Amino acid sequence: MGMTIMEKILARASGRSRTSPGDMVVVDVDTVVLYDGNFFPAYWRDIKSVAKPDNVVVVYDHRAPAPDQYCARAHSVGRAFVEKFGIKRFHDIGYDQGIAHVIVAERAYALPGTVLVCSDSHAGSAGALNCAARGTGGPDVIYALTKGSTWYRVCETIRYDLVGRLRHGVTPKDLFLHIAGIYGNHSNYNVEFGGPALASLSIDERRTLATMGTELNAEFTIFEADGILDTYLRARTDRPYQTYNPDPNAVYADRRQLDLGAIEPLVALPDRVIDNSVKVGDVADVFIQQAFIGSCANGNLYDLQIAAEVVAGRRVAAGVRFLVTPGSQEVYRQALKAGYIETLMAAGAVVTNATCGACQGGHMGVIGPNEVCITASTRNFKGRMGDPSASVYMASPATVAASALTGRVTHPGEFISMERAG
Amino acid sequence: MITGKAWQFGDDINTDLILPAPFMYLPKEQQAKHVFEANRPGWVDLVKSGDVIVGGRNFGTGSSRPAPLALNALGIGCLIADSINPLFFRNCVSFGLAALECPGVSAAFDEGDVAEITLSAASVRNLRTGQTLTGVPIPEALLKLMQGGGIFPLLESEGLIGPGIDSAGA
Ligand code: SF4
Repeated sequence: MGMTIMEKILARASGRSRTSPGDMVVVDVDTVVLYDGNFFPAYWRDIKSVAKPDNVVVVYDHRAPAPDQYCARAHSVGRAFVEKFGIKRFHDIGYDQGIAHVIVAERAYALPGTVLVCSDSHAGSAGALNCAARGTGGPDVIYALTKGSTWYRVCETIRYDLVGRLRHGVTPKDLFLHIAGIYGNHSNYNVEFGGPALASLSIDERRTLATMGTELNAEFTIFEADGILDTYLRARTDRPYQTYNPDPNAVYADRRQLDLGAIEPLVALPDRVIDNSVKVGDVADVFIQQAFIGSCANGNLYDLQIAAEVVAGRRVAAGVRFLVTPGSQEVYRQALKAGYIETLMAAGAVVTNATCGACQGGHMGVIGPNEVCITASTRNFKGRMGDPSASVYMASPATVAASALTGRVTHPGEFISMERAG
Repeated sequence: MITGKAWQFGDDINTDLILPAPFMYLPKEQQAKHVFEANRPGWVDLVKSGDVIVGGRNFGTGSSRPAPLALNALGIGCLIADSINPLFFRNCVSFGLAALECPGVSAAFDEGDVAEITLSAASVRNLRTGQTLTGVPIPEALLKLMQGGGIFPLLESEGLIGPGIDSAGA
């Protein structure tokens, strides 16, 4: 019987010849990623020993730069840890900073076939790089840090075969909302993406989907490896790696084909991600006060590019705050160079430094009572972005940018051609 | 065996409801004061140490924040739910919060009923109706970790970590 990608990687990492759904495996951890959230008193501990300091990455993202004294102290705790163990891959506020999941890809810290542990729930983002990663918890990360290992249950896999091509202005976020709306909960299943249309998606676009796997409640989300991934990685690292693709006779719990050409812009209604997607036109009468583009899922260069295209030469509607938060300072610099930042700011957007920011309601755009926000980020949960009485609609960066211009939930087709040139 | 009064919470209870973001980085005693603030304001003043949370499907969906730690600090005796989000369940193990997945449990309890839970047998009994349900067995190694208070006491006993440095919470 053949194996899926995750069954193969977990077999390699646990020193077995094969794994099957139901197995509990203890695996060696190749990369441990800590973020500022780990250094808060609720779950940080005095670390006496680190298994492999060279395997550790520390990134400040959730509350960065520190918005208050409490966070500033946690940042200091993290810096002392970095100093004590000589951690080299430290992304403090400055040139190399960004959201951990973005940095992990940008710097090729996540390599194909390896196991990455990060307590943040969207760690599965690295699955776009054929790397085994998933959200764990604060204690899990300290276990991996000190002992160099962790445990996983091997789960059955649901396979998505991608065919066709997304129309212009339709983004992987819409594809995600389609999956979340049609298939809903993927609890206790791994999700594997592949198929002929994979080649039409950049690594950043794949990362959006991999990141959002968390919102399907999937265990691991993993992508097939291909030449596009090799090119991406070779531009960033010369470390060796081995890619893992599924056997032709791998056994899946379900196998589903997705025609990218049939996807249209969608919106998730407030408070729940899954089973909650509607067409943009169904909520076109919803007025908004804030529009946000950012997060580990939607703070990529391509997200900023499509947003800039939508707002180019236009102005944000009166009474709307349009916030754009690049996923990393490197994305910020690239967007600056490409002119996207200038276009966005000319339209009235506020462009912030790279951070989680409004995605998590911590700082940089917290919403008030009864306000309505449309967001291109990861979650629309009640209270996530601010006051619990606020409503959060979730959509693609194109839809969010279009909505910022009109002050109501708006189809991007009102401002750009949805036909793909060429 | 765990015995406690049941509180009903319904389906898809996410971690932003259990532990709202503004409080997630506070010391656990302070976190505990804000549990379920958005969907059940005032509940933290009603719940007693040892009480049991009864959830519907997909309890704990969302982030990996230390929500089970907040429930521990509140004195929750056990979480039982029709299904528990796997990441949340992992955090229950890691933080040492007693938790059991038990399909059908939300329909079998009215709020205020008393639940009797045996984790090792994965069984839940409603003392009012006498009905017993069987849940999803917890692998032995994980049960040991959960009942031993989670990962921190284990690593401390091996000399790999020290106690918490709660300076930021001072
Ligand atoms: S951007 Fe949002 S979802 Fe991503 S890691 Fe930060 S808080 Fe979490």
